[in-house]
Amino acid sequence: MNKLQIFKNGVTTENPILVQQVGMCATLAITTSLINGIGMGVAVIAVLTGSNIVISALRKYIPDEVRIPAFVIIIAAFTTIIDLLMHAYTFALYQALGVFIPLIVVNCIILARAEAFAFKNGILDSTIDGLGMGVGYLVAMILLSSIREILGNGTILGLRILPEAYEPMMMAIQPPGAFIILGLLIGFVNYLSRRKNA
Amino acid sequence: MELVSLFITSFIVNNIIFMQFLGTCPFLGVSKKIDTAAGMGIAVIFVITLASIITYIVHHAILVPLELEYLQTIVFILIIAALVQFVEMFLKKSAPGLYQALGIFLPLITTNCAVLGVAINNIIYEYSFVKSLVYSVGTSSGFLLAIVLFAGVRDKVDYADLPESLKGSAISLITAGLMSVAFLGFSGLQL
Repeated sequence: MNKLQIFKNGVTTENPILVQQVGMCATLAITTSLINGIGMGVAVIAVLTGSNIVISALRKYIPDEVRIPAFVIIIAAFTTIIDLLMHAYTFALYQALGVFIPLIVVNCIILARAEAFAFKNGILDSTIDGLGMGVGYLVAMILLSSIREILGNGTILGLRILPEAYEPMMMAIQPPGAFIILGLLIGFVNYLSRRKNA
Repeated sequence: MELVSLFITSFIVNNIIFMQFLGTCPFLGVSKKIDTAAGMGIAVIFVITLASIITYIVHHAILVPLELEYLQTIVFILIIAALVQFVEMFLKKSAPGLYQALGIFLPLITTNCAVLGVAINNIIYEYSFVKSLVYSVGTSSGFLLAIVLFAGVRDKVDYADLPESLKGSAISLITAGLMSVAFLGFSGLQL
């Protein structure tokens, strides 16, 4: 598979959230504003790419029987690094994301890429795969969180874009809004891909 | 009284699925039938409660005295993974009936973020041992409630005449959203 194709796969045809629908917990919980969505997306890109690189580099040394625990430790190590870095340099974001930063460990997309891709492919391909999947995740987070911030607050990145007279739709930033908007978004993606294939 | 209120809050008011979004993956994945949903829910109660007890003890008896709190994530996920393995082996040997019922759900629970989430929340909220026990049981019972209710609703949704594009997970998420509206009604409830 050529490099560009690997990258494109992650962003579009195998988008982790909109197509594969894995790692939903954080997606639903922290997308109340665009800045949180971007922060989470970048954190996931870092962990996913890092763990993909290390796992593909060690794939010949990790015995098959204990590969899952080995993956989990590598992923947990990267998550801890990100956790400490965000604690030190982006404290406001760290507080907004809260428990969902350590929970990157159990984000299924990372373990799934380790098992399905990094354990079977070379370092360069795995890096590209990690970046592609990570960017796909980030794109979905940006879509969902900007819709929620605009509807629920009338702002984007804290800047007001809808007129003062706009009555914010509280539901959009409350928990039900997360489920309903993501549901509609996935429905829309299904519609697009069905139209393309028809 | 404080404990009862903590239980109600974690069970319904701050429902783990509808308000905190922890454990959404198994919630969406294993809710096609009411029996399997109930099996998953009971397995989750069992594992969350055990995991909270053990992680609580490890955190306060080992990590804090050695000033190793930053290793929390790694240590907790290893404890949970090992615990799930042990529970599986133990049940297989000593309670084959229960193992038959819960067996297939157990491996899935390791990657259920509800387990790690509750263990970490116990530490973040600085709960005492008894409080964290009540919080774990309350939260995981909330998971059982949510997944069984959701499985019941999904049973009916399957027969509905839906637009082709909304079939599958899209309508599941929208359904969960509407149920979440109902749970929003409990917010602010004080005992």
